[in-house]
Amino acid sequence: MSGAEFVPLSLTPLLIGIFAAVACALPGNFLVLRKQALIGDAISHVVLPGIVVAFLLTGVIAAWPMMLGAAGAAILAVVLIEAIRRLGKIEPGAAMGVVFTAMFAGGVLLLEQTDTSTVHLDVEHALYGNLESLIWLDASGWSSLLDPEALAGLPVELPRMGVTLLLVILFTWLLWRPLKISTFDEGYARTIGIRTNLLGLALVVMAAIAAVAAFDAVGSIIVIAMFICPPAAARMMTNRLERQIAWSVVFAVASAVSGYVLAGYGPLWLGGTDAVSAAGMIATMSGLILALTARFGPCRSRTGAPSQA
Amino acid sequence: MLELATSEGTTVAPQDLAASPLAIRGLTVSYGQKPAVFSVDMTVQPGAMTAIIGPNGAGKSTLLKAALGIITPLSGQVTVYGQPLDDRRARIAYVPQRASVDWDFPTRVIDVVLMGLYRELGLLGRVRARHRATAMDCLNRVGMRDFADRQIGQLSGGQQQRVFLARALAQDADLYLLDEPFAGVDAATEKAIIAVLKSLKQAGKTVVVVHHDLATVTDYFDHVFLINTRKVAEGTVAEAFTAETLQATYGGRLATAQIDQISRALG
Repeated sequence: MSGAEFVPLSLTPLLIGIFAAVACALPGNFLVLRKQALIGDAISHVVLPGIVVAFLLTGVIAAWPMMLGAAGAAILAVVLIEAIRRLGKIEPGAAMGVVFTAMFAGGVLLLEQTDTSTVHLDVEHALYGNLESLIWLDASGWSSLLDPEALAGLPVELPRMGVTLLLVILFTWLLWRPLKISTFDEGYARTIGIRTNLLGLALVVMAAIAAVAAFDAVGSIIVIAMFICPPAAARMMTNRLERQIAWSVVFAVASAVSGYVLAGYGPLWLGGTDAVSAAGMIATMSGLILALTARFGPCRSRTGAPSQA
Repeated sequence: MLELATSEGTTVAPQDLAASPLAIRGLTVSYGQKPAVFSVDMTVQPGAMTAIIGPNGAGKSTLLKAALGIITPLSGQVTVYGQPLDDRRARIAYVPQRASVDWDFPTRVIDVVLMGLYRELGLLGRVRARHRATAMDCLNRVGMRDFADRQIGQLSGGQQQRVFLARALAQDADLYLLDEPFAGVDAATEKAIIAVLKSLKQAGKTVVVVHHDLATVTDYFDHVFLINTRKVAEGTVAEAFTAETLQATYGGRLATAQIDQISRALG
């Protein structure tokens, strides 16, 4: 494919897909190890009431109020989940289950009880996003990357997702050591002065921000898949957290690229005529990678049992 | 702060509190309705090896966790070397129960020991050769030097316990608090751990151990603290580890024959 075709049509959706996948996979490593991976699923459900409330307050369907509403709902949800988990002393999965089903139900109720039902809220769009539509029509080839006029026409999702990814990378780099210690041994972490409650909350808030930004750009399927599949697959490749993080990034990028290409060209290669959803295909590829590592990964057995006396 | 009333209504001179590595006053902790620890006072003697003893569910671990701020007590005061805990964290090293973590966590033995240097390394400090040397030295002290590069899940229970002790040693603290370090470990590990604890005592450090094996108390420890939700007795082994205090702590749960045996051993 020439640059004249690739840059306007494929470069931006591919980059947005990669950014979204990595931004979710990075915090996903800690969430999976903390047995909180369900948070991705929870967040993608609770954004519904957030979006509905944002629409009711502003009366318009626009990106920023919707994103703020979604982010507000996601942060409210993670705070509620943490509160229920700590006050009720129950496992995180149960706390998430209670919060996200209740908030999702609240969102549906709001939607039905108010006159928003006339507004077109597209379920398919929410699930799969519309990665293919995030094209860069002002570009004419690779040279457009240096052309300020063409750059001004970039889809807004690209810088938004890029900034989110930078934020996630900065968060992981800066808090790497306390995150690792408190994920392994929370009680001990407290005795050496790590504020584990605050850190745990910061992690889920960071995950919520990544999820909402990715959700807006590429739909919830990628969010749910990327929080879990690349980190879980990476865990089976290595017994060291540093390398697990690196593998999870590799798997996230590999899922995004292969999923995007296969969605666009796979059906053609098979003799079909239409492309399939890129987001769906990216999620499918991450699942496939997880299945392969679960079967062939070098560190896939639980080593928790003593191997010798 | 100057004068604190104990639950008996007597007062403790401030210099005693200042000198004590760990002083607890009126500590009450509750999980739900029933208190797990009720109005407990404890004054750890500097340079001593103290065993916290009591039946299952008596609040031994809870007392330790509340003293360390891992769980929040309903009420009570804790001072470490005369100051609030948060100002004295650098002087405390804690060894949690081995079963409290998931040993499948993707990390190596040496990385766990390096966690003990967190306060020194900070958020972004580089792990340098001297940090590694410290960690290796601590592993050596518990006889685990050859296992530095192993994934922690590949260790036996006793080896895991020794790695936890090595992490505490890396903190180079003055007060060591251990939660059931001898639970479910092999004889070699028990020997290795007690040797390390005795060397800590010789170096002037203070050691507090949640302990469940009454038979080894007189061999291992010089002070005891008996608890069954409330404090039963506190003092030197000769003073406080008697047939009466054990009966009061364990009630009917400790067979009379066993008490007789222990009191005979005590002379």
